[in-house]
Amino acid sequence: MTTKEVTLTVKVEDKLFQNRYLVDEGRPHIRIKDPSTVSPTLERLVTLCPAGCWSKQADGTLTGSLDGCFECGTCRIVAKAVGDELEWSYPRGGYGISYKFG
Amino acid sequence: MPERFEAIVVGGGPAGNAAALTLARSGAAVLQIERGEYAGAKNVQGAILYADALEAMIPEFRDEAPLERHIVEQRMWMLDERSHVGTHYRSEDFNEERPNRYTILRAQFDKWFSATVREAGALVICETTVTDLLRDGKGRVIGVRTDRDGGEIYADVVILADGVNSLVAQRAGLREEIKPDHVALAVKETHFLPPEAIDQRFNIKDEEGVVIEAAGAVTEGMLGTGFIYTNKESLSVGIGCLVSDFADTGITPYGLLERFKQHPSIRPLLAGGEVKEYAAHLIPEGGYKAMPRLFGDGWLIVGDAGQMVNSLHREGSNMAMSSGRMAAETVVELRQDNRPMTSRNLRLYREKLQDSYVMKDLKKYRDLPTVLHRNKQFVTTYPSLLSRAAQTFIRVDGEDKRTKEKAIAKSFLKGRSLRGLVGDAVKIARAVR
Repeated sequence: MTTKEVTLTVKVEDKLFQNRYLVDEGRPHIRIKDPSTVSPTLERLVTLCPAGCWSKQADGTLTGSLDGCFECGTCRIVAKAVGDELEWSYPRGGYGISYKFG
Repeated sequence: MPERFEAIVVGGGPAGNAAALTLARSGAAVLQIERGEYAGAKNVQGAILYADALEAMIPEFRDEAPLERHIVEQRMWMLDERSHVGTHYRSEDFNEERPNRYTILRAQFDKWFSATVREAGALVICETTVTDLLRDGKGRVIGVRTDRDGGEIYADVVILADGVNSLVAQRAGLREEIKPDHVALAVKETHFLPPEAIDQRFNIKDEEGVVIEAAGAVTEGMLGTGFIYTNKESLSVGIGCLVSDFADTGITPYGLLERFKQHPSIRPLLAGGEVKEYAAHLIPEGGYKAMPRLFGDGWLIVGDAGQMVNSLHREGSNMAMSSGRMAAETVVELRQDNRPMTSRNLRLYREKLQDSYVMKDLKKYRDLPTVLHRNKQFVTTYPSLLSRAAQTFIRVDGEDKRTKEKAIAKSFLKGRSLRGLVGDAVKIARAVR
């Protein structure tokens, strides 16, 4: 099987399906400060995020859908390395991912 | 809940639990705050538990803790696209009364550890996120702010065991953000299989376990490794690479994991398994040179928050437990002598770390992260070359052995050049000496 074929069949949504989350509706814990001016580095979050939370829209804007977030911190670290484009905090206590096995 | 504690521990992982346990046993009024639904809910590890650090605090842990399998065999594989070459070390000596290493499932292990902390007398509250530190007019840390109503809680000292992101210390300006080349992003899955299938596939019995660490083509040019660990009735399968490498290459972490699972050497081991969880976590890989300041007026940093990971030997949770214990012992000693929790007095924590394997090992390998980062050939080119060399050597095809040896030497020269080969040997020898 070639690399390309496998890439095409990986859907991160299928992987997240098994996980347990308590979503804090309406209170996203990560926010792009100014969605109108997103740096090329921040656009890398589309591939970088292990939960596939970030996607580029048809109009070119970057949006985050955090329901599957692992709270790992990768996006914050990459964003901070070049500027300060994200507001990042952990979810409120008890919310977010709850690992069964870890 | 009393308004004031002698110590607050932020975080319910191995470092925080070790600290809270040690403090509670000394009789100190200790509050431990965990943001997850339960201790372990936010925590991910391979995971290998090294007995020594835990045994120092809980000698009877083998009778109580949820352990998976004790490890009798370690495999180090170097892979190209279609092959692997490597070393296996297996010994009957590892079937001992008090085994040295176990596989564990962190969510379950941490829950047990946390229960032990509660039994020792600590007040443990979960589902509460610490958002910031409270400071007095002189900048001394005097407590924490949480996301609960009226969530300001005071203490003589705060031990920050909040993990790799170390957000509380960052917010308080006690440390800087982690750099993308000082941290690895690891993704893993838990594959369930009947225990008999695991026993057969890995040539083990009873509660014996196997560790496979894999480097080479599977990281697709990035600095990192893959792994398979055998649990009782599941396999932990994962791969991790530097965040900076993921950012530069645009390779998705889940795509990388999926291709790792498809490698012809890996795939048969996983066949028929049912995946019940997909997880991701950061691992501090910057080593000694990336460590933040570990103590100040009224505060101490322990475990991953302090970048205490030996990436070469895959040690971290043991250092977390040892550093948590030593931070707590420092506080206990100061309390006994009625000395205040000033930066000057808390320096004792750093001295304890320096006298232990924690700082000695981190210091020994202080140059390794930089050397590997600048010389990815160690985990990319060499595993491929070795793998191909093995095949050339083994295949019987009418070619004489001298010609085969020459072909192998030539492949190394072509892959790295003579200067490159000699330079690499010097670099790696210096980095691990």
